[in-house]
Amino acid sequence: MSNPGTSSTPQAKLNPNGAGAAAVLAAGIGSFLVAVFAILADKVAPIKSLMNFYKPTGPLSGVTTCAIVLWLAVWALLHWRWSWRNVAVGRVTAAAFILLFLGLLLTFPPLADLF
Amino acid sequence: MEITVRGLWTMIHGMGFGALYLMACSGALVELYRRYRSPLGPEIKVDDERFLRIYLTAMAVLAWLTVLTGAYIIYPWYRAVPPPGTADLAAFPQRLLMSSPSTAALHSIGMEWKEHVAWLVPISITMAAVVFSQYRRSLRIHPELRAAVLGFVWASLLAAGIAGFFGAMLNKNAPVAGGPIIHVVQGEQK
Repeated sequence: MSNPGTSSTPQAKLNPNGAGAAAVLAAGIGSFLVAVFAILADKVAPIKSLMNFYKPTGPLSGVTTCAIVLWLAVWALLHWRWSWRNVAVGRVTAAAFILLFLGLLLTFPPLADLF
Repeated sequence: MEITVRGLWTMIHGMGFGALYLMACSGALVELYRRYRSPLGPEIKVDDERFLRIYLTAMAVLAWLTVLTGAYIIYPWYRAVPPPGTADLAAFPQRLLMSSPSTAALHSIGMEWKEHVAWLVPISITMAAVVFSQYRRSLRIHPELRAAVLGFVWASLLAAGIAGFFGAMLNKNAPVAGGPIIHVVQGEQK
């Protein structure tokens, strides 16, 4: 992602926002993934049985483990790509908030049941 | 006074880790807002900054402990399946709730929402703790990052509030109880 909308102070250049932006976007993606995996495990029988990582906890174990592992993987990847540069953090933050909001909404069962 | 092992774990999960997290949220929000809102604000002491870093890290640890104890210790007891023909469902909270139309929604909406939305809390607060630890006072010159950290801490408060509210409702209507009994205090009989 390029630089428009980033802070241009000397301090901001010395301490680029990329690492922070990577963490923020990854958190948004992770939150959204929790909801996506929860819906998939609820609606698709083969995925439900695949998500049964730990029998006493049931599919919740797979749903959350997959979301957490992917969140951390996305975070590591974005950090590797962005950590030494300034990115358009306003846009990144907006995307992260949208994903977080969707994550909050889609974990609400009556909304998840619409799919 | 006595408590069952399952009841004790439920207390540790909800009133220990969960409630402590909820209370800690307000402190984090105030500190992040007050001290880091302007690059021209008063000088931030190194000790204060270290304190907030440790505070946010402790919140992240609390959030992870809450979801992990919830999902891997208490939830299996909650969703246990009774043997066929079981009449007393007290030891099977999910089945007990679903056996009555007046409480079924506590499982189908309350627990179903709680068990997933709670995981947004450790994700959000871990990010906030890491970003704060990395940027510290330079968050003042990255207002978008500061806003993102604040926003995610707010979201974690909301998600933890939802999980906590339904946790309390579920525990009121179908408590997770059973297992060995721990005698806490022996009272005098009159």
